[in-house]
Amino acid sequence: MSDVVLQSIVKRYDAMTAVDHVSLTIGEGELVALLGPSGCGKTTTLRMVGGFIPVTEGRILVGGRDLTHLPPNKRNMGFGFQNYALFPHMSVAENVAFGLEMRKLPKAEIGAKVKTALDRVKLSHLAERLPKQLSGGQQQRVALARALVIEPDVLLLDEPLSNLDAQLRHEMKTEIRTLQQQLGITTIFVTHDQDEALSVADRVVLMRAGKIEQQGSPDDLFGRPASRFAAEFMGVTNLLPGELAGVGRFRLASGEEVRVHPVGVGGDLSLALRPERLALDADEPDHNALPAVVDLATYRGLVIDYRVATASGLVLIARRPSPAVGGPAPLKPGQPVRVSWHPDAGTLVPA
Amino acid sequence: MGLLAVNRIYAAITALVLAFVVLPLGAVIWVSFFANRILSFPATGYTLDWYVRAWQLDSFRNGFITSVETALVAVALSLALGVPASLALVRYRFPGRDAIQTLLLSPMVVPGIVGGAALFMAFIELEILLDVDISGTLPGLFVAHGLIALPWTVRLVTASLVGMSPSYEEAAQSLGAGRLTTFFRVTLPIIKPGIVAAALFSFVISFIDLEKSIFLVGPGRTTLQIALVSYLEWNLDSTVAAVATVQILIIGVLLLVSDRYARLSRAF
Repeated sequence: MSDVVLQSIVKRYDAMTAVDHVSLTIGEGELVALLGPSGCGKTTTLRMVGGFIPVTEGRILVGGRDLTHLPPNKRNMGFGFQNYALFPHMSVAENVAFGLEMRKLPKAEIGAKVKTALDRVKLSHLAERLPKQLSGGQQQRVALARALVIEPDVLLLDEPLSNLDAQLRHEMKTEIRTLQQQLGITTIFVTHDQDEALSVADRVVLMRAGKIEQQGSPDDLFGRPASRFAAEFMGVTNLLPGELAGVGRFRLASGEEVRVHPVGVGGDLSLALRPERLALDADEPDHNALPAVVDLATYRGLVIDYRVATASGLVLIARRPSPAVGGPAPLKPGQPVRVSWHPDAGTLVPA
Repeated sequence: MGLLAVNRIYAAITALVLAFVVLPLGAVIWVSFFANRILSFPATGYTLDWYVRAWQLDSFRNGFITSVETALVAVALSLALGVPASLALVRYRFPGRDAIQTLLLSPMVVPGIVGGAALFMAFIELEILLDVDISGTLPGLFVAHGLIALPWTVRLVTASLVGMSPSYEEAAQSLGAGRLTTFFRVTLPIIKPGIVAAALFSFVISFIDLEKSIFLVGPGRTTLQIALVSYLEWNLDSTVAAVATVQILIIGVLLLVSDRYARLSRAF
């Protein structure tokens, strides 16, 4: 068993608390993404699990074994660094062999394991190269092979894709996920990119100011953000402040009253609406609908984002497929529209 | 004024400064081949005799040997102290870190003659305390030269370490390497250029020292620099120029080699 349990871990630097009582259980074979803006404590948490930063309070257990105070070399974890950290004076094969040499395996066994590991990432033909002779994507693969060849209990990845260009990032994302599932290895993946987190993780843990803001399946986070912060971070561009005005009714700060999915919470709320959920020309009877005028159109390739404004001063972003992918003809600024959405399309979050 | 004219002015100034630095050295080298018995212009002829005479004079030959020995030991001492110290200074945060860094670099800013006098007095105090000879001995001279070289080693090695991401060491540790293995198999090879440069530079710094050595050489012992000064007191011929030329050659080669390993400008 190599499940990872973080029991209320804390990291304090003098007056600053970087990680504030984070408790988290990562199941065996699960891939959990720690997501959040810079400074939210995600990397500090990962580095505490890896043993590079001492834990101020709390415990870290792997497979039931307490390794809170073990040095990194006694933890049997694979760590993927943002800059890959391939040893520049060693060849690809020597890099991959390093961890096995530390485990004092016989030479023949090391050779065989290095070959398997490099085959797995399709780099056997580059075994004798030096890291600086490889492309960024190849370096990332070597780093993965080096981290995985030691058969670690846990794989820790710190922003593994941030130094790659868009095309390569997509490839590596798939490759990391495939490898992780083949090997069934418990993995923590740190990223600031919600798209990355959603596409690789079994579970996404959103962090903010050293605490867990929300966690759940990618669809939970994407579809049901639990706070204004979560909604903003997950790419919800329309956050409309207001207050409840009876069961299933919500009065926007700009004055309009709209129907919402009934909720039991009160207080200051915001209605979170994804731009994709807003229609500009539909006329469904049970939808909320507000007359508005197109203010700005931004062409983004697959989609066009329209900024629309109501007479009351409410500004919304609506997103529609662009004509290039079979979407409707583009709208022009100044054109009158009816913004409409289904009452269930929005989520009420604490403002 | 056009850009071209400005560039010309810069080029002229650069050439002037360079000439100011190089011409005296050129003059020394030139004079070392003069056949004149007493140093004077113009040359009456050219000869290599001064080089032969320099080697035949005990003071120069022994001084040279002592200087090389001392410089080699200074290199070893400054590396043995300076590399671990740099590692601690760059990789760890601890109370008094800034103070220790300043202390390690201080021999560089204390005038040599003051440092020499201070060391001499400290050695005398130690001798009284421990009842062993230090001040006139070779080990005393070695320690002093180790101190002269130390700040330069710390500077060059620190610069290499600062330029090296800690993630290399962390990667080694996560792969199962302890601190010592990490140092010898990862850190050391990566900062090797800085260490080689530090060694060569330390050698030069020790080799050219006069002020500290003058206090610390024992009776009957001399370094090359001291031999030069003493010789000049009573003689004015081209032997000194010949010795200086050999030194210029040695130092020039060492500096060129160390600059190839690590840009020396990083240490200043």
